[in-house]
Amino acid sequence: MLIQVLFHLFAAILVLAALGVITARNPVYSALALVMCFVTSAAIWLLIEAEFLAVVLVLVYVGAVMVLFLFVVMMLDINLTELRRGFTRFAWLGWLTALAVIVEIAGVVWARSGLGLDAHRGVAPVPAGYSNTLALGSVLYTRYAYPFELAAVLLLVAIVAAISLTMRRRTGYKQQDISRQVAVRREDRVRLVKMDAEKRP
Amino acid sequence: MITLGQLLTLSGIVFSLAVAGIFLNRKNVILLLMCVELLLLAANFNFIAFSRYLNDINGQVFVFFILTVAAAESAIGLAILVVLFRERRSINVEDLNTLKG
Repeated sequence: MLIQVLFHLFAAILVLAALGVITARNPVYSALALVMCFVTSAAIWLLIEAEFLAVVLVLVYVGAVMVLFLFVVMMLDINLTELRRGFTRFAWLGWLTALAVIVEIAGVVWARSGLGLDAHRGVAPVPAGYSNTLALGSVLYTRYAYPFELAAVLLLVAIVAAISLTMRRRTGYKQQDISRQVAVRREDRVRLVKMDAEKRP
Repeated sequence: MITLGQLLTLSGIVFSLAVAGIFLNRKNVILLLMCVELLLLAANFNFIAFSRYLNDINGQVFVFFILTVAAAESAIGLAILVVLFRERRSINVEDLNTLKG
């Protein structure tokens, strides 16, 4: 009963936050609403006992990806009025598509029972002492070891690509060259000139 | 107890809101990327719901990989966006017509 109440609470917050993402005037508010979406999703995943992924969602998405989004949104000096122009022009099409998708999914889930799914059956609770992280890790490092390595390589490629895309070499930019500074010798810099002392006139 | 139907309906609502957002904010590349993140979140919801419903851990492994790929995708997408803004001083999708024949 408590789980039902919590689920409906988090689901309502999630839907409202998703609405906020798509309708907010300022992209910063959209990004913050998206953070809200991720946090409430993590809470719902905790309710259905997928603890590891809930923690990963908060750490990776809220902690890293959304911070990146916020950085980019705040760094770019964008003209919002230009981007908002025509917001309502295709709005009817958007809402129509959304409605169609909702009706289709609701129809499949609630009306049809020929799929072999019992939509009214609950998600079975896990036995006591069950560790979601242990179960996930024991398949991730055995059966999925190769895809896991591939995912790591993919992240490396993403790092290299992102840095090489955004790195900017300015011309005429003054900077220190440490190795040249260290390798300099006295003879390169100081010249001693021998000359006679002049008499004061 | 939370039923499968409730979870699927919730993820369907989130998915359709994200689709509507792509229509509404079709000029702003940042918001398009955010809507793609919402779409992926809804897909992850389905994977986890079915994984718990069928008592099969493989669905959650798949969500793990989706999270990895989505993080890489948004990092590269935002990098491209920053480069684009430096070149064009705009992130309007309608300004990106150089490749148009």
